Amino acid sequence: MPRALRRFGWTIAVYALFALLMVTTVVIKPNYGSFEWNTLTLAALPLAFAAAAQTMVVLSGGIDLSIGPLMALANVLALKAMLGHDLNYSLGVALIVLLEVTLAGALNGAIIVITRVPDIVITLATSFIWAGLALLVLAKPTPGIPLDFQNLAQGSTYSLWVPNALLLLLVIPVVWIPLRRSRAGLAIYAVGSDRNAAFRSGVNLGLTRVLAYAVGGFFAACGGLALSMTTGVGSPLAGTYYTLSAVSAIVLGGVSLAGGRGGMLGPVAAAYILSLIPAVLIYLGIDPNYGQMIQGVLIVLVVMIGGLGAVLRRA
Amino acid sequence: MAAVPNDTPIADSAALLEGSGLVKHFGPVVALRSADLRVRGGEIHALMGANGAGKSTLVKILTGALTADGGTITLGGRQRSFRSTAEARRAGLICVYQDPSLVPDLTVLQNLKLTATPISIFKRYLVELGLEGFDLQSLPRELARPTLSLLDLARALAFEPQLLLLDEITASLPADLTVRVFNVARHWRAEGRSVIFISHRLAEVSALCDRATVLRDGKTVGVVEPAQGGEERIVKLMLGPVADLVAAEAASPSAPATGAVAVEVRNLKAGTLNDVTFSLRFGEVLGVAALEGQGQQELFDCLAGVRRPESGQIVVGGKARSFRHPADAIRAGLVLIPADRLQALLRQRSVRENIALPLVNRVSRWGLINPRAEKRRVEKAVKRLQIDTRVQSEVRRLSGGNQQKVGIARWLVGGFQTLLCFDPTRGIDIGTKRQIYALVKELAANGSAVLLFTSELPEIQLACNRVIVLFGGKLVDEMPASEADEKALLRAAHGLPSEEEGE
Repeated sequence: MPRALRRFGWTIAVYALFALLMVTTVVIKPNYGSFEWNTLTLAALPLAFAAAAQTMVVLSGGIDLSIGPLMALANVLALKAMLGHDLNYSLGVALIVLLEVTLAGALNGAIIVITRVPDIVITLATSFIWAGLALLVLAKPTPGIPLDFQNLAQGSTYSLWVPNALLLLLVIPVVWIPLRRSRAGLAIYAVGSDRNAAFRSGVNLGLTRVLAYAVGGFFAACGGLALSMTTGVGSPLAGTYYTLSAVSAIVLGGVSLAGGRGGMLGPVAAAYILSLIPAVLIYLGIDPNYGQMIQGVLIVLVVMIGGLGAVLRRA
Repeated sequence: MAAVPNDTPIADSAALLEGSGLVKHFGPVVALRSADLRVRGGEIHALMGANGAGKSTLVKILTGALTADGGTITLGGRQRSFRSTAEARRAGLICVYQDPSLVPDLTVLQNLKLTATPISIFKRYLVELGLEGFDLQSLPRELARPTLSLLDLARALAFEPQLLLLDEITASLPADLTVRVFNVARHWRAEGRSVIFISHRLAEVSALCDRATVLRDGKTVGVVEPAQGGEERIVKLMLGPVADLVAAEAASPSAPATGAVAVEVRNLKAGTLNDVTFSLRFGEVLGVAALEGQGQQELFDCLAGVRRPESGQIVVGGKARSFRHPADAIRAGLVLIPADRLQALLRQRSVRENIALPLVNRVSRWGLINPRAEKRRVEKAVKRLQIDTRVQSEVRRLSGGNQQKVGIARWLVGGFQTLLCFDPTRGIDIGTKRQIYALVKELAANGSAVLLFTSELPEIQLACNRVIVLFGGKLVDEMPASEADEKALLRAAHGLPSEEEGE
């Protein structure tokens, strides 16, 4: 097998699966058009950012159970500050929210590195803290995100088939590609792959891990703002769904939960797959609540097939 | 041994690196008491010591992976204290470890970038190490271990350090690659740079090194020139007062035993292993001699129930058995001591729990464990094997030799008939090694059967009554231990007929 295929085989397979699902959708619903496509991109946008956030942390060998609450925090902070203001003011607010939630992510990392308490425990604890903060900022779901700000994600400025929600995903490569090519990005992979080897290679383990959590926080903030744009509402509980769905997306997207292996392309496609499933069920006239079950079965199947592939390669 | 003579003058003006009075504690455990090390420019200097003597700690302090609690390090006349490996690297001190430190999921090229390695120089050393045309896009995860060691070495060399530390690098290298590493080390010395070489293999040390510093119990106990008959002195220094005792134990080889058959292997086939038949008797230590990968792993795996044979029989106590799980083998009295000690141990649990693990079935009543009975039997085993229990709360903190003793102790407590030892002394110092062999012989003398594979051929005569030799998966020779000197074993292990037959 050529090396590129072996190394990127999983990502290619995830995109093939997405393409297959799209074809199936069009067969089921022959009048599938740009509106449905637009709806899908809107639904997938927050999840794609959540998956990017979790990917950052998992690549460095950690896990962040507070991604959902971080998104909710960004979401309610944005609503509170934007309410009744214009686009320029809202963009300023968005920048500040990005900064704040990035710092919250970095704080997650710093606590883990300093206390040496396992990441799963710390981020579980901070998930309650961020969720509580979000409730303090905004006690109940409140509409009021400025329409101009919503329109950054809604609608299609350039072409009906290139909705704004798809274009917003470009934030991910803009951050990821330079990072991935830098020494800091290599260090994140190194720390996740083999901490001892990374240490002996002169990598600053603590700083690298904090950086991974901080970039994770940044993507979580993007996810929270995406929620604001796509729903127009600030909701303190909106993030709950995203923590574990992000884990599903990265597993489906070929990121090793053991750390050090995977990329960003796979998880983003996986976010689209996971968002497409409930839509397909609706088109089929099946209760969309089966979606979660299908999602579960899909993950087990995909990981099993992946494991089988690895075994066959070795034999 | 009273006073320890020092072969070199105290004032050494040509010292490139000088560590003196280095101290390191880990909680209540003292890893280094007072370690001194002087390395001259242009020499290959060996660092020797039994397991737990403090070698690794000293290396970690020198390379900035740990900071000393006391003592000084001077490099090129300037006092230094490194806070990270990167800092030590910049000062010209680099260590290549036994387990290669390339990140498995980054390509080799990315690994080089991570350490900011000068790539053209790296490529030059690749050629010198015999890896010309190596593809830098390969992933270390997919490479063989000896290749990784050489890459790691080339990466270290690319920084052209003043002082190169080789920590047991030859342990995972085949003989031809070891020669390449030695050539590079000599070339390094010829350029006026220095090498610190750490190895358990005395023969390597005396072939390569100019001087050797010996550590015992965290203290420097002597500096020796190994070439001029210094080997015996090194052993004595390493072992300290127990040296003479150990020498007495390494007596003449035992005669073949005549007990009843414990295990009979008939026409066994599994993987490389091809149609092997032999029997193991109670009261004997049967050695298995073989080069790497001649089927010995499969043989032990089948006997221990780790793997199912493709065909053939394993007869225990007159009955043909088919082991589906290690528990079946253990029930039939066959227990395995693997080379990788941590494979068999619960590394984060205590010495007591590890020893008591297979015992659980016997001391429990109605499913509950009787702690007093457990404690009594475990303590007996700990005493008998002289396990160092200073850090008994987690076995991963014990030295390799002590871990292996814990692995054996659990079966002493649990009870067994046949002990399967697969290279049990890999990476263990001479003193503990000989203790383990003495124990194995004693177990056989008390009526157990022992099957022992060791990768170090000279050790066969120390421990065994009889030897079988595997080559290409077949049993090619069998001899009593009295004939099994290194030369005879080497010939047989390479598939050559013995000298008499050849004529």
